[in-house]
Amino acid sequence: MKSNPHDWLNEHGNYLYRFALTRLRDPHQAEDVVQETLLAAIKNPNYAAQSSPRTWLTGILKHKIIDCMRKQVREIPASELLTEEDANMDEFFDETGHWAEKPQAWDVPHDALQQKQFLQVLQQCMARLPQKLAAIFTMRDVDEMENEEICKALNITATNAWVMLYRARMGLRKCLEMHW
Amino acid sequence: MLNCKQTSVLVSQSLDRPLTWRERWAVRLHLAICIYCRRFTQQLKWIRDAMQVWQQQVTNDSEIALSQAARERITQQLDKFY
Repeated sequence: MKSNPHDWLNEHGNYLYRFALTRLRDPHQAEDVVQETLLAAIKNPNYAAQSSPRTWLTGILKHKIIDCMRKQVREIPASELLTEEDANMDEFFDETGHWAEKPQAWDVPHDALQQKQFLQVLQQCMARLPQKLAAIFTMRDVDEMENEEICKALNITATNAWVMLYRARMGLRKCLEMHW
Repeated sequence: MLNCKQTSVLVSQSLDRPLTWRERWAVRLHLAICIYCRRFTQQLKWIRDAMQVWQQQVTNDSEIALSQAARERITQQLDKFY
């Protein structure tokens, strides 16, 4: 099957954009990785063996997204990468290790409207997370990447990864508790 | 006996790696007596599930699309190479 890059853009551009948007959340970055993906696809158009151009393009896109996230994390000096000791979490626990603010019971969304509102608050809370934490949390909880893959992609240790994921979840949970 | 802080660390890690049986046992013991850490555990799972739902909804939402400007920019780039 012969198809050209303009067809790819027309048929799959919006899908690729939405896929990227859920990972990067920034519309401009999402547009950029879609463009990079299509350009990479032109340079290496050996998808003949693939059943679907969309699957093939999405595969390229995933790599471009990880490159983008890697840059986000790399721009942080190594000294700021979190280690186990840094995660002292004073804001969340008192000196005896008890919750400073006890987790409240949440109303689980019951209908579609409530669920939509919950998802909106969740995204607002994601936007408040430091970018590196949002990036690693997305890799783990949206893309379900294995820890090993994440560490390799971001060039961090397993301990770094666990601490960053813990930070991300604590931050998100607290934000949701305040706003949901 | 674990305190809440230690428990929360292990509960988070349980979403990322298999805990040792010793850790699992310690967490279970704490959760049995602590409603707050039980809530915390449940909420982390809700957050994970909600992220998945959100991702699928956005990816399938045909109203979200590349802007006209972005589309034109990308078309120009493609023209250079094709």
